[in-house]
Parts: sequence; structure tokens; C-alpha cells
Amino acid sequence: MTDIADRLVDQVMTARAASRPLMIRGGGSKAFMGRAVAGEAMDLSEHSGVVDYSPSELVITARAGTRIADVRRALDEQGQMLPFEPPEYEGRATLGGALAANTSGPARPWRGSVRDALLGTRIINGKGEHLRFGGVVMKNVAGYDLSRAQCGAMGSLGVITELSIRVIPKPELETTLVQECNEATAITKMVELCRQPRPLSAVCWTGGRLYLRLSGAEQAVASTIGYWGGELLERAADFWRQIQEQTHEFFEGETPLWRLSVKPSAPPLGNDAPVLLDWGGALRWVRAESSLTAMERYAVSAQGQASLYRHGDRNGEVYHRLSPPLRALHQRLKAALDPDGIFNPGRLYSWL
Amino acid sequence: MYSSVTSASSFETRKKLLIEEMAKFLPSDSIIADEETLRVYECDGLSAYCERPLLTVLPDSVEDVQKILKLCHRWGVPVVARGAGTGLSAGATPSPDGILLSLARFNRILRIDPEARTATVQPGVRNLAISQAVEPMGLFYAPDPSSQIACTIGGNLAENSGGAHCLKYGLTVHNVLAFEMLTAEGERVRVGGQGLDNCGFDLLPLIIGSEGLLGVITEITVKLLPSPDAAQVIMAAFDSVEKAGDAVAGVIAKGIIPAALEMMDRYAIQAAEDFVRAGYPTNAEALLLCEIDGVREEVVEYVEQVEGLFRELGAVAVRTSQSDAERALLWKGRKSAFPAVGRISPDYYCMDGTIPRSQLSYVLTRMREMSEEYGLRVANVFHAGDGNLHPLIMFDANVPGEFEKTEEFGGRILELCVAVGGCITGEHGVGLEKIRQMSAQFSEAELEQFHAVKDAFDPGGVLNPGKGVPILRRCQEYRSIGN
Repeated sequence: MTDIADRLVDQVMTARAASRPLMIRGGGSKAFMGRAVAGEAMDLSEHSGVVDYSPSELVITARAGTRIADVRRALDEQGQMLPFEPPEYEGRATLGGALAANTSGPARPWRGSVRDALLGTRIINGKGEHLRFGGVVMKNVAGYDLSRAQCGAMGSLGVITELSIRVIPKPELETTLVQECNEATAITKMVELCRQPRPLSAVCWTGGRLYLRLSGAEQAVASTIGYWGGELLERAADFWRQIQEQTHEFFEGETPLWRLSVKPSAPPLGNDAPVLLDWGGALRWVRAESSLTAMERYAVSAQGQASLYRHGDRNGEVYHRLSPPLRALHQRLKAALDPDGIFNPGRLYSWL
Repeated sequence: MYSSVTSASSFETRKKLLIEEMAKFLPSDSIIADEETLRVYECDGLSAYCERPLLTVLPDSVEDVQKILKLCHRWGVPVVARGAGTGLSAGATPSPDGILLSLARFNRILRIDPEARTATVQPGVRNLAISQAVEPMGLFYAPDPSSQIACTIGGNLAENSGGAHCLKYGLTVHNVLAFEMLTAEGERVRVGGQGLDNCGFDLLPLIIGSEGLLGVITEITVKLLPSPDAAQVIMAAFDSVEKAGDAVAGVIAKGIIPAALEMMDRYAIQAAEDFVRAGYPTNAEALLLCEIDGVREEVVEYVEQVEGLFRELGAVAVRTSQSDAERALLWKGRKSAFPAVGRISPDYYCMDGTIPRSQLSYVLTRMREMSEEYGLRVANVFHAGDGNLHPLIMFDANVPGEFEKTEEFGGRILELCVAVGGCITGEHGVGLEKIRQMSAQFSEAELEQFHAVKDAFDPGGVLNPGKGVPILRRCQEYRSIGN
């Protein structure tokens, strides 16, 4: 529960003067993600604590090193929650880390990602300036949105020090329906069900079973169960937590874990590797000893992108490669925020 | 040729050269150069700011836009992109030494994919046309700015437009999956994708809302949502703004997220009622419109709860729409509040600040005080659910000095919004209009950071120059005046 922003600014200034790269780290829970890089550790875990929380405004502001688990507990007391259900990774994951790594859980297609919930940030840029972008209100279009641009940048566009996030009321009721089907049928059903105005909040397929989570007003959930029918899943919250935290048995073992973000209605990828579908088909986890090039090809055929999420070779590229003009924009934007290239160089792409 | 353009002090020389070059690839009906027709393009919805461009071009292919941008980049000619011109912040005001790039001919819906729930459209497609096209599939496009009949989706991206239903469904940025953009140098880039997450920097939210300063968008894929089963709007009248404000907080505290939650004050209620006869009680000090949508059973349950809550919190009248026609009528009053105010005053000036909801009473009280101080009436329409205020300052442009007084009053309202923790623009954008107030919201280092981002995308500074971010020297001057 301390504010160490001044110390963080000093560290940036020193690193800049010495042209020494910094490796930004919150709870260290996502060290497995991105490319393997070296650098002086910049520890945000101490920079933590809720700065402001007004339940009636549906907004919470907290320092970047605040653990998601602590935020969840604070919100829970007021019957509220983070809409994007980020993984907590054994309680170590931080709010800043969720933004930097763009982690969101099963509800993402319906309740949005961390970027969608983000209202404002404070960041330290490569010149050591502590800046504020966005704010604490839902609508704010003044200036370029450099808050949301931090999403998925893996810390390479600045040191995130504070976040203001929109929260939502917890649903009155949550129930999960389950049915047996194969992957192709599951995709067809997902597409069909997601087109209906029903209170879906998660749709996942694994191990030959399709899981449909319904959240909302009691009446809305009850009427949908009546309308769709199907078997109710017991201990559903445990199941969804395993999907959110990637602790489900599908995620066990050391086989490389690929994450394919694709068009939800795309047919099965057509390889024999084990697959878990989340986000109503828009997220496909694949376990395979494979190359990025091969996985990119599968993703592109499903109109999406691939990345190597966990395990495998982390010295080569791990994220879907960009077109040359997009790559040029990345380099120029990086230089605009981090002119000396000291923040997490190489973590996102070898050339960035 | 470049040097001849820059050294010639006369705009006429530049204009002649540009026409010559453009005529090499654009048909003659795509180049507008005569003064009379150019007047059509001299302003957007904020007509206080007028400039005549050298030329207006109306290309109809991405390749031609690309050629135009490459030429302008090479010659250092300013380019201002324009959709329907409904913007309210002078964001599409032409540069007097540049070209106006109208995207009006990019008006085709390219693909609708009901299975993936997306529509891919050209930037000149009207906002409402998307929802109309997908309605038979049981889908809709959520952001609904009041100008949705006329405004284009390209303009919506430029401004990150909102609308009455943002509280539940989000802004433009939350409802766009991907777009194709031409950079200032005329390079084609694709941002986003058909999936939800993409690798690399998240350029999508950076470019959406950048007011045409970072690129020219040529194709857009939007998300579509299943149309709700049912929707009802509850109208509640209050005898004080404070009570209405408490009622808004009460709805949120109940854990209900309405599809829309709008407030109007006395002037706005009267003007709207005179205009559309929606049945608003004209003796009320404040009116709330609360729309609940979703599964039918859920709507019934929540409507009952909200009606009860409004009565409990002192509503003097509560009425709930019993048909879609009635719902549309109740909304019509709200959606035509701007032109309605236009009928009771020779001119009005619409502001767009956002505040934390809890500050509503304080801000409205301060605004009333300032209204007396300036001798100018203010009507308020308010996206109460998300804190976005639209004070409409009524004035008469024919009275010398009154517009200047209005602008100053407006500026002070925006600074008040910042002072209570809000911002200077919720959905209309900065444009030319709010450029001075940018330094009330941002420090010099922050503004400098914006300039660095602009330089990264548009090193020659040709895209919509002079909008959105003030040059720093001017900030300093404004600050010293403020002190």
C-alpha cells in the first residue's frame, strides 16, 4: 500500500542516462509470457494499493502493482466485479500486468477485455515523465488514447503506474448448462446461440463437452434455461475458474501452449492437436510441438492470429508477425514513448 | 515542383498545381474547385468555424485516396478528411491552404457476416444504415449518436462517438473489431482483426478518436449484437435536479445497468415538448429517461424495480412505455433536444464535458450561477448514466460580442468539468473548438507526448493540422491569460 512513483521515476532516469534496459515486473506471474529477455529488474510490486473506489460511480483506481486478488476482494464487498475476469495466477498477478499482457477471462466477448474496461492510466515514459492519460469517467475523447494503447504492449510503451477501471455489478444469478458434442458441432452451436439475445457470459468447449454460462437477472437466466434446456453443471464456478486461470487439465504438462485468436465462426483448424475453445469460438487454445509459422498459417486460415502463450522456444518470435507497414508504425510509436528503447526491449518482438 | 509550391505565396498557384496533378487520376466530377460549391464544405456541424479549402476531392476508390495522400505528403499539403460533416467540434473544418477529402462516396456495406456477428463497411456508410441493414438478421450496431441518421461510421471512428446507449453497450471503440487505414504517407495498414485480441501494440483504440490526425480510415469491421428481446423506457419527472441525480445513483446502486439513462433539465424539457409533443411534463425541473432492455422476463422485473425506486426517491410522475411506438416517441423528444432548443433561441452552443456522476448537483448549481453572471440561458441534456453533460448555451449571434461571451462561458464550464475530476469532451472531440481547454486537462509533458505520437504517424504534419492538440506556445499564453 505504498506510492513509490518517485523512486520509479528515478530508476527510469538512471537507466536512460546509462542506456540500460529495464525489465518491468509486477507480481512476476507472467514471466512465462512473451520473449525471454534480460535487463535490470524494475519492480512494481511495492507500488500498490487502491487509490480510490466509488461503487456508485462504478470506477476503481489502483496502483499498477496492486494484486488482482486484492481488487477482487474489495469489489466483492460491494457486490461488484472486474468485467474482464483476468487470471490471478495463484494470487500473484497485478492489475498493471493484466493490462500490459492483455489477459482476460471467459467473459471477454460479452463484457470486454481489460482495454474495454480501462478508463485511464498513469505511465512513466522513456524520458522519465510521469503522465496521466484518460481519467475516471466513461467517456473521454480528449487527446490520443495512450491508456488503452498500453494493452498487450508487454510494458514496452512505458511503465504503467496506476489504472482506473470501470467495474460492473455482479450478476444476480449464474448457471452453467452443459452438453456433449464434437468440435465442429460445438462451433455451429456456439454461433447459433451467440446470435440470440440471451444472457450468455461464457461459452467454452473442451473434452467433448460444450459449456454455456448464463449470468444476469434471475428471470432472464431461468427463462433461458427453460428455452434452451440441457443439463446443469455442478460446481460450475470451479470449472470456470480453471478456464480463467488455465489450471484445467487441458493446460497441464510442458507441451507448447498456443493461443489462437480467430473469427468465432471459423471451422475447426484441421490439425490433430488437442484444442480447447473459449470465447464462443473466438479463442482457441492448442497444445502442439509446432513452429510459429505453422500456427500462424492455421490462424490466418481462421482469419486470426497465433501466439506462443506458454512453454516452447521463447528466444525466437512468440507473437504473430506483423506486416511491414504495421511494423514500421510500431517502431515509430515505440520511439515516441520510449526514445532510448529502455523498456522491456525484445519482450514483444525481437526487433522492438 | 515542390519548391514552386512552397515558395509561391499565392494559394492560387498551389491550387492550380493541385488541380493539374489530381486531374491525372481523378475524373473531373471528383474535383470541386469553384468557390460557390466549396462553400458547402467550409464548416462541419459547428458553423462558428468556417474556412474555404483550396479544393474538395471526392474519390471513390482506395487507390485514388492513396494517390491523393501520397501527393499531399510529398508536397506538404494539408488534408482534412470529412464524412457527413455532422461533427460538433470543428474537427472537419478545412485548412485554407489544403484539400478537403470527402469520403462521402465510400458508402457501401461490403459484407455482413451474421454468424461472426460483424459487418464490414466503407467509412461513408451512415451509422443508422448499418443497424437497418442487419435488422432482418436480428442484429444491431450499438453506438447511436443523436445524429445517427446522417453521421457516417468513418466520422464515428474519428471521434469515438458515443450516444445514449453507451452505458451498457460502450462507445465506438468498444464496437469496432478492425479497420483498414491509409497512413499519412499513403501506406495501407490493417489494424485489428476478425478475432477479438491481436498481437502487437493495440493501435485500434489509439487511432479511434484521434480526429483524423493519425490516418485516413478506408474500411471498417464493426461488431453486431443480437437485438434485445424487449425494451421499455421509464420516464420519471422530478421537482429538483438533485432528486433526479439521486435517482440516477439509486439505479446504479441497485446493480442495474440500464441500456440508457438520460436526464433533461427544465429548459430542455420545455423546448423538446413544444417541438415533438412527447408528453413530457413541462412543469418538472428534471426528467429522467431510463431504458431497460434484455430478455422479456428480465425487462419486466427491472422495470418494476426502477419504477418503484423512482417513486420512492420522490418522482412526481412516472410513465413507462407500453409499446415500441411510445418508446420511440419518448426518445424522440430527447433526440431532438438540440434542434428544439434551436427553436427557442436564435443560436445555441453545445458543450460536451464529462463529470463523475456524484458531482452533478454541484456542477449544475455552478453552471446556474455562471449563467446569471453571463446573462445567458443554459439548457441541459445529460447522458446521466455515464456522466456526459451537454449544456446548450443560448445566445444571439447578431448581438455583437455575444458569441465571444458564449465561448468564454463554455470554456469555463469545461474547466469546471476538469476541476471536479472529469474531462473536456466526452464524445464530440476537441477539434478546433476545445483546443484551448486541452491545457486545462493535460500538462505540457502530456501534450508534448501527444505531439510525439502525431509525429510517429504523420511526420510531415499534413493530416488535419491544427486540430486536437494545441501547439505548446499557445498553451502557455492561454495559461497566463487564465491566471
